[in-house]
Amino acid sequence: MSTIISTDKLTKTFGAFTAVNAISFDVMEGEIFGFLGANGAGKTTALKMLTGLLTPSSGSAMVAGFDVWKQPEQVKRRIGYMSQKFSLYEDLTVRENIRLFGGIYGLSMALIRQKTATLLQKLELEPEADKLVKSLPLGWKQKLAFSVALLHDPSIVFLDEPTSGVDPLTRRQFWELIYEAAHEGITLMVTTHYMEEAEYCNRLSMMVDGRIVALDTPGALKNQYQARNMDEVFRRIARG
Amino acid sequence: MNRFSAFIQKEFRHILRDRRTLMILFGMPVIQVLLFGYVLTNEIKNAAIAVLDPAKTEESNALTNKLVSSGYFQLEQNIPSEADLEAAFKSGKVKMAVVFPADFSVSPNKPTDIQLIGDASDPNTATTLINYANAIIADFVQEKALVTGSGNAITSIRTETRMRYNPEQKAVFNFVPGVMTLILMLVSAMMTSITIAREKELGTMEVLLVSPLKPIQIILGKTAPYLALTLLNALVVVLVGIYIFGMPLQGSILLLTAECVLYMFVALSLGILISTKAKDQMTAMFISALGLMMPTMLLSGFIFPRESMPVPLQVIGSVIPATWFNPIIKGIMIKGTGLDVLWKQTAVLGGMALFFLAVSLRNFKDRL
Repeated sequence: MSTIISTDKLTKTFGAFTAVNAISFDVMEGEIFGFLGANGAGKTTALKMLTGLLTPSSGSAMVAGFDVWKQPEQVKRRIGYMSQKFSLYEDLTVRENIRLFGGIYGLSMALIRQKTATLLQKLELEPEADKLVKSLPLGWKQKLAFSVALLHDPSIVFLDEPTSGVDPLTRRQFWELIYEAAHEGITLMVTTHYMEEAEYCNRLSMMVDGRIVALDTPGALKNQYQARNMDEVFRRIARG
Repeated sequence: MNRFSAFIQKEFRHILRDRRTLMILFGMPVIQVLLFGYVLTNEIKNAAIAVLDPAKTEESNALTNKLVSSGYFQLEQNIPSEADLEAAFKSGKVKMAVVFPADFSVSPNKPTDIQLIGDASDPNTATTLINYANAIIADFVQEKALVTGSGNAITSIRTETRMRYNPEQKAVFNFVPGVMTLILMLVSAMMTSITIAREKELGTMEVLLVSPLKPIQIILGKTAPYLALTLLNALVVVLVGIYIFGMPLQGSILLLTAECVLYMFVALSLGILISTKAKDQMTAMFISALGLMMPTMLLSGFIFPRESMPVPLQVIGSVIPATWFNPIIKGIMIKGTGLDVLWKQTAVLGGMALFFLAVSLRNFKDRL
């Protein structure tokens, strides 16, 4: 396993406020890497810097072997992204959304057609293919958004609170998709504030006030903080 | 290229599937031109007047007839005494009253007075009516003087007036160009700012920015469809002006089209600039309406003449694109003017386009 994401003292300040404070960490290829923290802890800001949406105030980051700010084009082609707003166009049909993102990532029409067919079959969305996305339940939209983010076979997919607002069962199903992707060798970087989701990650980083205060596997963290579950770990860390 | 065309296709789908957008795009222009053309005319026909004529001489009758036969006035009532004037105005039935003196006669040696009373609760109409009546009375006096041969040097000068380019003084000649400045600004600036703000609000802008699309491609993809539709709109407005309201098109169609495209570029870049500042669609709409529509309507000289504005407002007006675009369309359509005269306005618009585009592109990168 080789390193696929590597940051060095990555920092982002907004005026006097430091949202992300000199974080350094590595993510291995094929890993499901979790970013945990309370709202405002800086996880979304960190993710936005790694995807090139925000320019860091200082520090650097390598993603898929390229510098995020010096070679953004190379990085963009190799990453997928799904935001907490689930990021599909509601007034387009399922099929049109797939075609749009396939087109944006430069896939050929033949490949898009082929991928559309497999994707619809996998998600059992064939009857819904020509319905507007807004008519789908939220859980389906999220699954579809995730599959669309994988359309161009990225090496890394960034998921910013992908399961916010859905019930535990749908969340569980969503994680099955994540595991499947990881099994195919895709690296996944997920932010979440659901502690039960944290257990599903290979490794976790806990963020408090812009800093990474703990980084390890869920098991090791539980040992270290002598906690039964991640929720307790988190509470102990947050209390300081 | 596949990337870009997929993006444009999506943009057209957004437009075609949103009834509100469609209404603004295609309903508004036609409705506005028709409204301005039919309702907001300042021509006056058959305004009701009252006449108070205690003299009842041949001359006073002749003058009353001349006023009424001009087509501008219609004799609503003859008023017996001054006391009844008030009631006539209050009832709102008459817009103007002509009061003859008891000893009315037109003779060069003895000056006589006629009183014109206007209903200035509507000052514009009152002024126009009084002006018309004055002109007709002056004409009457001159005719009289010539017929009797008793005219002195002053009354024997006859002024002959010609209203060039718009002999019938149709208000529509002013409104069609005005509406064009408004519509093109509305559609280009407001619609682009709203459509970009919508992507930000929905979170899809992030997804686009993470994709291999370059910011400039995103902007072009968002604006190109609106550019095409706005051009179509301009065409509709011009056609309505020509075929329904009898506007001429004296100058070059090519030049008119090119100038429209230039103006749209200014408007589009303003729209992009607004969208970089606005977080959501409501804000974008609000800024566009207040910051662009109102000044375009009120300060560009479309409705109120710029010459009579206080200097600070004139200065503000001079940075509004429509102020420069309005004379261009009027020149081309009504007078047949070419670039040899309109180069200055064109250059100002060109400068504005470059400036706003540069600023908004820089902002676009910084903000998102």
